[in-house]
Amino acid sequence: MDVTLINPFIDATINVLETMAFVTVTAGKPYLKKDNIAVGDVTGVMGLTGVAQGTIAVTFEEKCILTVVSNMFGEKIDGLNDDIADAVGELTNMISGQARRELDEMGKVFKAAIPSVITGRRHTIRHYGNGPKIAIPFQADGGEFTIEVCFDR
Amino acid sequence: MDTSIKILIVDDFATMRRILKNILKQLGFKNLVEADDGTTAWDVLESQEIDLIISDWNMPKMTGLELLKKVRASTQYKTAPFLMVTAEAQKQNVIEAVQAGVSNYVVKPFTAEAISDKLQKILK
Repeated sequence: MDVTLINPFIDATINVLETMAFVTVTAGKPYLKKDNIAVGDVTGVMGLTGVAQGTIAVTFEEKCILTVVSNMFGEKIDGLNDDIADAVGELTNMISGQARRELDEMGKVFKAAIPSVITGRRHTIRHYGNGPKIAIPFQADGGEFTIEVCFDR
Repeated sequence: MDTSIKILIVDDFATMRRILKNILKQLGFKNLVEADDGTTAWDVLESQEIDLIISDWNMPKMTGLELLKKVRASTQYKTAPFLMVTAEAQKQNVIEAVQAGVSNYVVKPFTAEAISDKLQKILK
């Protein structure tokens, strides 16, 4: 997998969360994910096509996404509900868009589908590409979330 | 800015409509209408008098770009202010929107200040 595809997703994640949710975000060390089980409780998944085919998934711990969405809305959200699922979809959409802009400037053009959202402890994330799944953990105010990126070899 | 105008907010994500509504209310706009895709937005435009359209790009049934083209082809909304607020930020997207007659363009993620700034430019 082309590792230059990863950094734009890290940059985009930090920018989106800090701009829209006013949270401080720190990226951890990327690792190779071996299984399909989400580390978070709610996940946005989006297919990408273009110079490579693949997917991006953004998976949040419950307490993290509740903090993020509460900040986005300016009111306290207490539990996972349809509003949270919708917000995760939009966050995934924005991260994908921002990353694709940076990739476009590198000459790597991608188009994205409309995201899907999955909720529930230990749900499965099915990536479209057959390449390695790179997971990037993030620490944010309120908890943790992870980006998974998977492209064709 | 004339905050009595009627604004149509179009986005398939309720989250984004809610955030935009909050920002617009903070700016003093009270007359706000929502649609969750381009087709519903067009129904609203045909049945109500809308002064400003704020639209996402990627939506099912009718995209924001398709809505923009339809609006610009209409007699009633040919010159209506149209702000695209979208995650589609590649150069080609902006070019397409400008060629279709967009009034201005905001890339997601955005700050309230960015929205306010663009609205002031459009509504001058």
